[in-house]
Amino acid sequence: MQYFYVFLVGGAFCAIGQVLIDYTKLTPARILTSYVVAGVILGGLGVYQYLVDFAGAGATVPLTGFGNLMAQGVREAVDQYGLIGALMGGFTAGSAGLAAAILFGLLAALVFKPKDKS
Amino acid sequence: MPIPLGRSTFAMNRPPSVLASAAVGGKKEGEDPMAQWFDEIHNDTTFGEKTWEKAESRFQQRACQLALKKAKIAPEQVKLLLAGDLLNQCISSSYGVKELMIPFFGLYGACSTMTEALALASLLGDNGVIDPILAVTSSHFCSAERQFRYPLEYGGQRPPTAQWTATASGAALVGKSSKPPYLKAVTIGTIQDLGVHDINNMGAAMAPAAAATLLTYFADTGTQPHQYDGIFTGDLGQVGSKLFYQLLAQQQVNVTSIHQDCGCLIFDAKTQDVHAGGSGCGCAASMGCGYLMRQLEMGKLHHVLFLATGALMSTVSCQQGCSIPCISHLVYLSTDPTPVFQGG
Amino acid sequence: MKLTPQEYDAMIQKTVPPTQSGRTIPAAFLVGGLICVLGQGLTDLYLLFLPQQQASTLASVTLVFLSALFTGLGLYPKLAKFAGAGTLVPITGFSNSVTSPALEFKSEGFVLGLGAKLFTLSGPVIAYGVITSVIYGVIYYFTGLGG
Repeated sequence: MQYFYVFLVGGAFCAIGQVLIDYTKLTPARILTSYVVAGVILGGLGVYQYLVDFAGAGATVPLTGFGNLMAQGVREAVDQYGLIGALMGGFTAGSAGLAAAILFGLLAALVFKPKDKS
Repeated sequence: MPIPLGRSTFAMNRPPSVLASAAVGGKKEGEDPMAQWFDEIHNDTTFGEKTWEKAESRFQQRACQLALKKAKIAPEQVKLLLAGDLLNQCISSSYGVKELMIPFFGLYGACSTMTEALALASLLGDNGVIDPILAVTSSHFCSAERQFRYPLEYGGQRPPTAQWTATASGAALVGKSSKPPYLKAVTIGTIQDLGVHDINNMGAAMAPAAAATLLTYFADTGTQPHQYDGIFTGDLGQVGSKLFYQLLAQQQVNVTSIHQDCGCLIFDAKTQDVHAGGSGCGCAASMGCGYLMRQLEMGKLHHVLFLATGALMSTVSCQQGCSIPCISHLVYLSTDPTPVFQGG
Repeated sequence: MKLTPQEYDAMIQKTVPPTQSGRTIPAAFLVGGLICVLGQGLTDLYLLFLPQQQASTLASVTLVFLSALFTGLGLYPKLAKFAGAGTLVPITGFSNSVTSPALEFKSEGFVLGLGAKLFTLSGPVIAYGVITSVIYGVIYYFTGLGG
């Protein structure tokens, strides 16, 4: 049953994204940016965690989950270090995802060649 | 000297011929019904080069070589080369033709470059002083994607109005001869901008330019569509072609029975997943220098108006929110050498 | 053309083919949902020998890896053509937006090509995500919102 909720919530996030692609002039980069910003805001308001508890990866895998992670990180950093934590938490929480994306992106670029589409 | 008919149409006094023309295409271009009209199909679209830009240059070089070979003319005999492409500072042309060592003018007319070059070749070649002139242009799907859109491996969806940049090149050698087809008249287009901002709907942006240039030509020459057996537009695609008909219909002009669009011809929209059709300088160039010229040479067509269309925006102007200015230049190709005069 | 941009826009709207949302939205839902299910499966697998936080992070890292691999093999854009937002919105889409320019602009060198262009698509995501998180951090410090 847990996996059904994961599928449902994760799918719903993507379906909303598709509505934005089909019916607005938003470019993919703007949609991704909006998702992360929305994730930070929903995480900051404390509501996103309910979705994570309910749907697990269905809420953490979409980029809103990345935003929520940043909000969490900021909260922890502020708790620990005070105001300066506001500058630290976002990157700290997102560091694994970012470093992995850069590392694997670089490795893929070294190994593979761009291909024509047809 | 060319004879002015109205402000922007010129009839050639002694119409120069297209001595020879050649079209080169990539893999996708070789998979459609138009494949037979290409002189060469290169399934390896890298052309063995390390970058897409160099590959595109090679396509252009190859089209030049083939056109010269067909005309049995050595590069040293050519007086002028007119070339352009889509890439910044027209690098495909510069690198593609540099080894031919032909006096060179670089052009930028985006996808209208083929008729821009043919129109200039007609005007410059009419009095026979500059003879022969080689006109060439190209585009490459991969180099265009990475300059104008997204990296090739980026996962995105193309909207139904998007067009597919052709990987192709076309070259035509223009000079005095008694062999058809003849370049009898040209109309130089003005920039048209009806406020289209969507770079995924270039056909819509360019349709007004094609319609305006065609209407100017009919008005300046006093001719009617029924006096021609073919009107070939550049790469309006399916959406742009429909809009082109609607714009002409507003002026009571109907060309639907004789009109063909290079963007609709070059790919099979049903099987090749190109959405609204083909685009890019190489689309009109390869269809014009391949399919169209062969039809004229074989006598299947006799009086053809060829108008390639170009969208003159850049990535900068798009990001700054500017609408897309477009242009279309017309050349009148005919199997009959008699010069055109006002009124027919 | 004796036509205003507004009149022409109306003409365009009547002419353009409609987006095939009846196909694209279910496709996005299906593929996006399945990527999340894969993420959950990986998390549950890693939970067998890791604590929750690390298992979840490692699952994300695995998805990022798979996306980079599929991007390099040229398969990700093929899937994306079908799935649309289904491959854009999950973290795999973020990974694809880092890998694809890295691969593409390698030809302009490792520093100004690969290194600089790596962030052409993902840069705004990171920038605005971090900025929003900083603003939230300041608000949280003063108000305790969301704590």
